[in-house]
Parts: sequence; C-alpha cells; structure tokens
Amino acid sequence: MTTYYTEDHEWIAVEGDTGTVGITNYAQGQLGDITYVELPAAGATVAKGDAPCVVDSVKAASDVYTPVSGEVAEVNEALADAPELVNTEAESGGWLFRVKLADPAELGALMDKAAYDAFVESL
Amino acid sequence: MSAVNAAGWRPEMSQGSAQGAVTASGDKGLMLEEALIFELGRPGTCGVDIDEPEGAVLPGLEKFLRASAPDLPGLTEPETVRHYTRLSRQNYAIDLGPFPLGSCTMKHNPRLNEKVARLPGFADVHPLQPQQTVRGAVEVIVQLADWLVTLTGMHAVAMTPKAGAHGELCGLLCIRAALEARGDKREVILVPESAHGTNPATAAFAGYRVENIPATADGRVDLAALTARLGPDVAAVMITNPNTCGLFERDMKAIADAVHAAGGLVYCDGANFNAIVGKVRPGDLGIDAMHINLHKTFSTPHGGGGPGSGPVVLSEALAPFAPLPYAERTAEGYCRLIEEEDAGTDHPHAFGRMSAFHGQMGMFTRALTYILSHGADGLRQVSEDAVLNANYVLRSLEDVLDAPFGKAGPCMHEALFSDVGLAEGFTTLDIAKGLIDEGFHPMTVYFPLVVHGAMLVEPTETESKAGLDRFIASLRSLAERARAGDAALKAAPVLAPRRRLDETLAARKPVLVHPA
Repeated sequence: MTTYYTEDHEWIAVEGDTGTVGITNYAQGQLGDITYVELPAAGATVAKGDAPCVVDSVKAASDVYTPVSGEVAEVNEALADAPELVNTEAESGGWLFRVKLADPAELGALMDKAAYDAFVESL
Repeated sequence: MSAVNAAGWRPEMSQGSAQGAVTASGDKGLMLEEALIFELGRPGTCGVDIDEPEGAVLPGLEKFLRASAPDLPGLTEPETVRHYTRLSRQNYAIDLGPFPLGSCTMKHNPRLNEKVARLPGFADVHPLQPQQTVRGAVEVIVQLADWLVTLTGMHAVAMTPKAGAHGELCGLLCIRAALEARGDKREVILVPESAHGTNPATAAFAGYRVENIPATADGRVDLAALTARLGPDVAAVMITNPNTCGLFERDMKAIADAVHAAGGLVYCDGANFNAIVGKVRPGDLGIDAMHINLHKTFSTPHGGGGPGSGPVVLSEALAPFAPLPYAERTAEGYCRLIEEEDAGTDHPHAFGRMSAFHGQMGMFTRALTYILSHGADGLRQVSEDAVLNANYVLRSLEDVLDAPFGKAGPCMHEALFSDVGLAEGFTTLDIAKGLIDEGFHPMTVYFPLVVHGAMLVEPTETESKAGLDRFIASLRSLAERARAGDAALKAAPVLAPRRRLDETLAARKPVLVHPA
C-alpha cells in the first residue's frame, strides 16, 4: 500500500486498483472540530479535482477534492454517527471514501509523505 | 434554580460571575436566571378565558380533530411577558452597545425612520389596494428608486428583492434573461475568493457552474488570472466591492472592460456600498447589476430587528429585463408600478417576479427617510466616517494584532486582523469570547477564509470616537493577553450568564425539542 498526498491536504492510500481517500492530520487540525461529513453516493463517478465530499467543522464547511478519477466504491458509514473520527483518526479510521481508480497514472502527479511534510512546513 | 436544567446542558449561572456568591433564587442582583418556558408552566394554567367549544365539528373537518390536547406550557399573561422580557435582558443588541460584525453591517437605526414608517398612510396600506388609493406609498418607492439610481450612476432599479442574496439572484436572473434574449447559452460564473460567500451559492442556485478566481497577495482579485479565464462560456463575474477583506477592488474598471470585451456581464455585490456612497458610482465602473442592502447602507433594521431589503440597480443593458412590479416615473412625472396587465406594452421583457407584492415597503419608507434626513452631502459623510472609523481601529491595534493587508494602505469600512502572533494554543475564538466578558458583541471571526484566524471588525460610522476608544482598549487588552498566553483567557467568558458552550457538541448532537 502506498499513500500519496495533495496540496489541498487530502491523502489517498492505494492498494491494488482502489484508493482510500481522507483529509490529512494537518487539515483536520486547521479545520477544528468536525461536526458533519457529507459523503458521496457509492457508485458515483468522480473526476480528479471534483469535490464529492464536504467536511463541516465549527469554523467552516470545506470541500474535499478527489485526488483521482474513478468510481466511488465505498464510503465510511461510521462518520454519520461519529464525525469526530476525522479529528481523532484523520489518516486511518477517519477515511472518507474509496475510489476504484480509472487511471492509475494520475497518482504520478501527487506528493509522497516526505514531499507533503515539506509542503506543510513551508506554509 | 436547582429544580431546572435537569438535562444538565446549561451550566449554572453560579459557575459564571458568582465569584462565590450564591443566592437562594439563583439570580444575582438584577441579572436574572430564567428557566425554559416549559419548565415554568403548570398544567391547567391559562392566560385567557376561552369558552368551551359548542356544538359538533363542521362536517368534513373531523379528520383534523386532534387526538390529544397540545402540550402548551401553562402560564399566566404576566408570567409569559416576564419570561420573554427576562430572556431579552440576557441578549445583546445594537441599542445596548457596538456590534462590530464585519461584512454584516450593524449600525444605529435612527428613530426618525421608525416614526415615519409608523405614519398610518404607510403603516396601514394593504398590498392588494389599487395603486390609485396608495399614491403616497408608490411615490416613496419611486423616489427611493430615483435616489438609488442617482447614487449608483446606474440606469434602473428592481425594487422588489427582499434581501441581499435575493437581490443577487434577481441580478443573475436579469443577466440570464439578457443573455438568452441574444441567444447566448453561457454557463459559467467566475467568483473571486474575495467575494461574499453568498455569491457562489447564488450562481449555483441560478443554474450556473461556479469557478473560483484566486486573490492576489494584497487581498484583491487577480486581474491576470481572471482575464486568462474569460471566454465564450463565461456568463458573468460576481465581484464584491469593497471586498470581504475590507479593500476596494481598484482594478474594477479594467475587470469590467475585460469581461464586457469577452461578451460577459458584471455583477457587483453591493453589500459594502456603505463605504463608497457619494465617492464612487458603480455605473462608472462598468457594473451591470448590483444589489444594495438597505439594511446595511441605509440604516434599516437588520438581524433580529427587521427584514432585509435588497433592491438591484441595473445597467442600460439589463434594465429591460427587470422583474415586475417595475417602479417607474413617467415622462409626465407620474409615479407608478408596472404590473402584469400593463407589462405587455410598457415593460415587455421582464423575466418574471421576485416577490408576490412590491418588496419591503416598511424598509423603503425607512431608507428614504434616512436618505432625505442626511441629504447628498450627509450620505457622503456617512461613508467618509465609516471608513475613517475602520482605519482608526486598524491603526490603533496593528501593533498588537497582525493586520495582513495593513501595510498596503488604508482599508475601507472594515479592519481585518489575523491570529498571527498569538501565543501557542491561543486562537481568534479566545479573543472573541473575551470580548463578551468585556461587554461587547464579538466581531466576525474566521471569515474571510483567505486570512488565517480572521477577525473582521466593522465599527460603522455611528460609533463615536469615545465609544471606539473603549472598544479598542478592550480589544488591545485581549490581544495582549492572548500574545502573553494568559491562561485565564482560555476560560472566557466568565462574566456572562453562560460560560463557553460546547459548540462542537451543539453542532454534532443538537437538542432541538423539549423534553430532549
């Protein structure tokens, strides 16, 4: 499994042809306490850069952009009752949705962990 | 009040300002505790003497019969009046002190406006009365329309939208009608980051696709990025000027020229028009449509105090498409509202209606009173004083609060600060909560999003220098405490009827019914 990162502070962990998407620990820290997560419908087709998901916090409602194109394979149903998982386990149990990759080549444009950490450091 | 708050969701007042003093009632001096009205009520008590219903239910209405009595709290009339009056004393209002909400102007509502609005000839007219029986009211609408057109340098005005966002929708529908009239199917609206949050929402609601345009480092629209994006698919741009960073979009004319050259139209969010009245005419900047918040710029009540009103001024290109009823002064000087029966000949391209009736008549009366009582010179001074006050706040605090755009020059009607420089763990929210202890309504926080931990202060022209100095002294003290990492500030407010509430829990698990 390889994890990639975007400049919009999403992560995507890829295993086989499926990527699991969430927001980074840095992003949840910036947003503050998450109060609601609006998830896409499973089966929906998304294109890289679309915002199929919205994360509401006490400060703002923020779009989550999908780092890759494909079909939404699964969404994290646990967030309906426990949106705080995005705060407490941003990069594990607080994942948002899984995408069946349409074009694995899109991953090439994303950052690895070291590059993302350096990017956050530069902000 | 030990018997109430069984659910435990309200901290007891004794945890607040009591400082050890506990009274039998739970009240402190004249600061009154208050239970929920359902907790106060007693079964069987009623404020009015209602006859038992007589006879059978009318045929056909049986299915509407209630199965059980409604669960209404039983209180006498004086208990009910006292309940709401006591609650109102825990509230904060523009008549109690400054309301420095940025981008949401809250200023004094002159009492002369109220007096005029209550004149029977205005207060008691009915919207279904024939126009010839309400000539005075129609004259007020048309006179106000004349002023708005003159002050903005535009061609016409749609008076009926009920608030700012309703005005935005009206403006976009005019733009859509104008484009469709020339067979143009453009589908994109460009909205810069410095625009009001309602702008992209309005564009999406009107059926357009929204694309963002980035801001420059000095908080304004990136003209180069905007120009690069223009094309045959762009219907319009929506720009807030002055923008949410409290800055004048100085490239407005160049933006409008570029948009027009590409075949698009220009919508301006005029919510902040109060900063430029008498100084700049939006019509001269090439704007095609702009709403004016009468409740901001022209002092009609706002927030809980009254309804909004958002007339939209229109360029010559858009005027034919303005909705009905359309206020007009005929060549003979005769005021009228064009309705459907005359529209076919007199205003044939109207896109439809925004409102069943004529708009917020009560607000028209107040706004016209405000305009006439100030005069053209007075309105110019209103804007000058609003900008002066905001700059006074900005310059008085920039040594203790980071002002991200302060170096670039004066601000308009709003002073914008960030949380840069606060001690580790201290946030904008702490300063906002501290202001409650200081006796002020907090400013707008965490907006605009382009500034980290934004604090947006709009003092308005109605605050005196003495009043501003008190506010500045409080904010300075809080900023110094947050910079020094004063742990006590994290607990603020400690002097208010309630302590800091759990906003997260309130949003995640809202208790919306009683009993919970």
